[in-house]
Amino acid sequence: MFAYYLQLGLRSLRRNPMLTALMVMAIGFGVAASMTTYSVFRATSRDPIPQRSDVLYNVQLDNWGPEGRKDDEPPPALSYTDATTLLRAHKAKRQTVTYPVGISIIPEDPSRLPVRKGAYATGADFFPMFDVPFIQGSGWTLDDDEKHASVAVITKSLNEKLFNGGQSVGKQINVDGHLFRVTGVIEDWAPQPLFFDVPNTSGFDEGASIYVPFNRAVDLKLPNDGNNNCNKEPAEGWDAYLRSECIWLSLWAELPTRSDADAYRQYLTGYAAEQQRAGRFSWAPNVRVRDVMDWLSVQKVVPPESQVSLIVSLGFLAICLVNTVGLLLAKFMRRAPEIGVRRALGASRREIYAQFLIEAGTIGVAGGLLGLLLTGLGVLGVGLVFPEQIARLATLDPMLVVLTLVVSIAAAVIAAFYPTWRAAQVQPAWQLKSN
Amino acid sequence: MSIDVLPILSTLRRHRLTATLLVLQIALTCAIVCNATFLIGDRLSRMLMPSGIPEEQLMRITVSDIGARGDVHARTVTDLAALRRVAGVDAVTVGNSLPFGSSSWTSGLRLDKAQKSPSIDVGLFYGEGLSDVLGLRLVAGRRFTPDEYVWVDDHVTRRAAGANVAMVTSALAKRLFPEGSALGRQVVIGTDTMRIVGIIDRLAAASVSARDDLNDTVVLPWRMIPAYGGGYFIRARPERAARVLADAVAALKAVDPRRVVVEARLYPEIRARYFATDRAMALTLGVVSMALLVVTALGIVGLASFWVGQRRRQIGIRRALGARRADILRYFQTENFLLASMGIVLGMVLAYGVNLILMRQYELPRLPLLYLPVGAVALWILGQVAVLAPALRAASVPPVVATRG
Repeated sequence: MFAYYLQLGLRSLRRNPMLTALMVMAIGFGVAASMTTYSVFRATSRDPIPQRSDVLYNVQLDNWGPEGRKDDEPPPALSYTDATTLLRAHKAKRQTVTYPVGISIIPEDPSRLPVRKGAYATGADFFPMFDVPFIQGSGWTLDDDEKHASVAVITKSLNEKLFNGGQSVGKQINVDGHLFRVTGVIEDWAPQPLFFDVPNTSGFDEGASIYVPFNRAVDLKLPNDGNNNCNKEPAEGWDAYLRSECIWLSLWAELPTRSDADAYRQYLTGYAAEQQRAGRFSWAPNVRVRDVMDWLSVQKVVPPESQVSLIVSLGFLAICLVNTVGLLLAKFMRRAPEIGVRRALGASRREIYAQFLIEAGTIGVAGGLLGLLLTGLGVLGVGLVFPEQIARLATLDPMLVVLTLVVSIAAAVIAAFYPTWRAAQVQPAWQLKSN
Repeated sequence: MSIDVLPILSTLRRHRLTATLLVLQIALTCAIVCNATFLIGDRLSRMLMPSGIPEEQLMRITVSDIGARGDVHARTVTDLAALRRVAGVDAVTVGNSLPFGSSSWTSGLRLDKAQKSPSIDVGLFYGEGLSDVLGLRLVAGRRFTPDEYVWVDDHVTRRAAGANVAMVTSALAKRLFPEGSALGRQVVIGTDTMRIVGIIDRLAAASVSARDDLNDTVVLPWRMIPAYGGGYFIRARPERAARVLADAVAALKAVDPRRVVVEARLYPEIRARYFATDRAMALTLGVVSMALLVVTALGIVGLASFWVGQRRRQIGIRRALGARRADILRYFQTENFLLASMGIVLGMVLAYGVNLILMRQYELPRLPLLYLPVGAVALWILGQVAVLAPALRAASVPPVVATRG
């Protein structure tokens, strides 16, 4: 029966090629617009580290006070004083302080020019905390942190460049004239959004190629390559900078359970209260301990452009559907006499439903294929519209292909429900009489 | 015309559903297109914000010197001398930031030391002869004299005080001193008290959040050094700019082959990068709105064609009873006008609602009322254009149709 209804449907669609093309196009365009903008939205709003996002917490502490600020939100980064004190307190399972450093790698071969690379100064816990995938060796140890060791972790591509992809654990690299021993090589790891460094990247960046211990970087006075915000100018020199209230460090804590997080929050509030008592802060404790997804949403990582265009596209799809409902209704009702004859000859309402839903389904499939093609073009075109760091994240993966087809067919069938129901209500006697 | 309306309404009542759907479609289109156009306009006006500098003539090169220690001032002077020798370079300096150049240097500005808050956040611009290189137009007072400059690192570390003078934009001057001239007045920038000696026409900030703050900028008499994140700003004639950029990079490399060029861009590209997301937004919304209008127009064509097909016999009867072609044409046009009007009324309410949501969610301004009548006229025209072909087909139905079964 399905094959027969399909044949009937196709014949009916062929009878009004213009109208059919119109419906297919409406569904195709609506779905393609929604899916293209959805691909961007999905890329920007996804969980960068799903397996651990609920145990990783960003730590914020207000060391500037409420003056001259619009809302209650503490600054997005920490001062050296606070970050290192909190780190030393060991109130979490794991903790790490991070800041981007501007460095250049000087090749051994003196005829080759230095290369500037993105880098982070961080702690040993960084690698297990963020599930960084190693392909050689491992991260450095907490002991290396303690000893201010000159060790480094590099990415696969940097390893290709410096050591032609060979075994490099134990080898030395020259960073700004200082030698660092490689302890491990990781994949070209850059979770998107780059949750652990939102203040400097707005969430989207290629990531770093080299990681060095925070303590060693501070010893070497490796300059901060990210944002540096000061509420007042620090005095001269690196030590004065470290003592200043300038904020430039991100602190992340791993807190396996909710009660751990509450305990940490309590400790942090206590710390701020202590600072208030000591006279450093003249305001009540204002702290935040937020997990990855909360942190990303507060930092507004999803660009408003992406949200607004998704909303507009969904509106567009809704209009396309209304359009299709109207056209299908007109088309089906025009066949009332035909339906009357079929009903009089013994067809049940169910059969009428089946016939017309199959006809609508064919439109859905055709619209879906067109939508898929247009989504493909749309995803390719995302680069013309969105900045490169975001555009490269929008891809037409199998998941999106399936979703596009499902949405198209579902849209067509939903659009067909009411017209079909109306068609099935046709009274055979009335139709036969009027003819 | 007036006679037509009642029969049309009673016909529409018989096709209540399809008519409702068409009205709904027009309403949604109206709501979305009004808001989308508004958002596009908002973004475009952001993208068109004037920078106050001769954009086609400027470029910026940023370098990172590796391991090179020694006298940063001497090295900067050597670099600048090398750049001046490049053919086609009209002016060059090391500066800290450019309008819409993303790397922004700001400080709080107050009128006197005692005043706690509010202070205005102003964008700071410096570099020896920056106002010349950036071609800033002086509207009052004077530029800095060569002896007023100090190196920025010397100033920050209090090794050298430097002259306490500043230039401000005329917009900022007016905001600070609404009652009279700002020339000669004192302001506190950060912790330094500065005397305003010059007023420049305009100079847009490096990073603009609110449009009212666009020209809240100050030029200070500090010589910038690359180690502080400064770039080489070069001015050249527009037709030679690309060539000069390449030559300038080569000249800097020649001074120190081991240095890394982090950025070398013509100003229009720097500006375009700053506004990339605005362009993205405007383009997406534009494409979707166009598609929306096309779909709606096609929907009207489709439905109208269907109605014409359905009513061939009635049309034939009307024609046989003496209606002219023009009457039939007008019937369908009026019908469309009525449907469009209903859609537009509903659409305005929707447009307003959507705008309220956008205002709350994305801190957007209120939809100007002007958008509503313009949107209405646009949709009326769209409807009339779309219905014309089916209506003409209806008008060409011969009266003889009435006599056929």
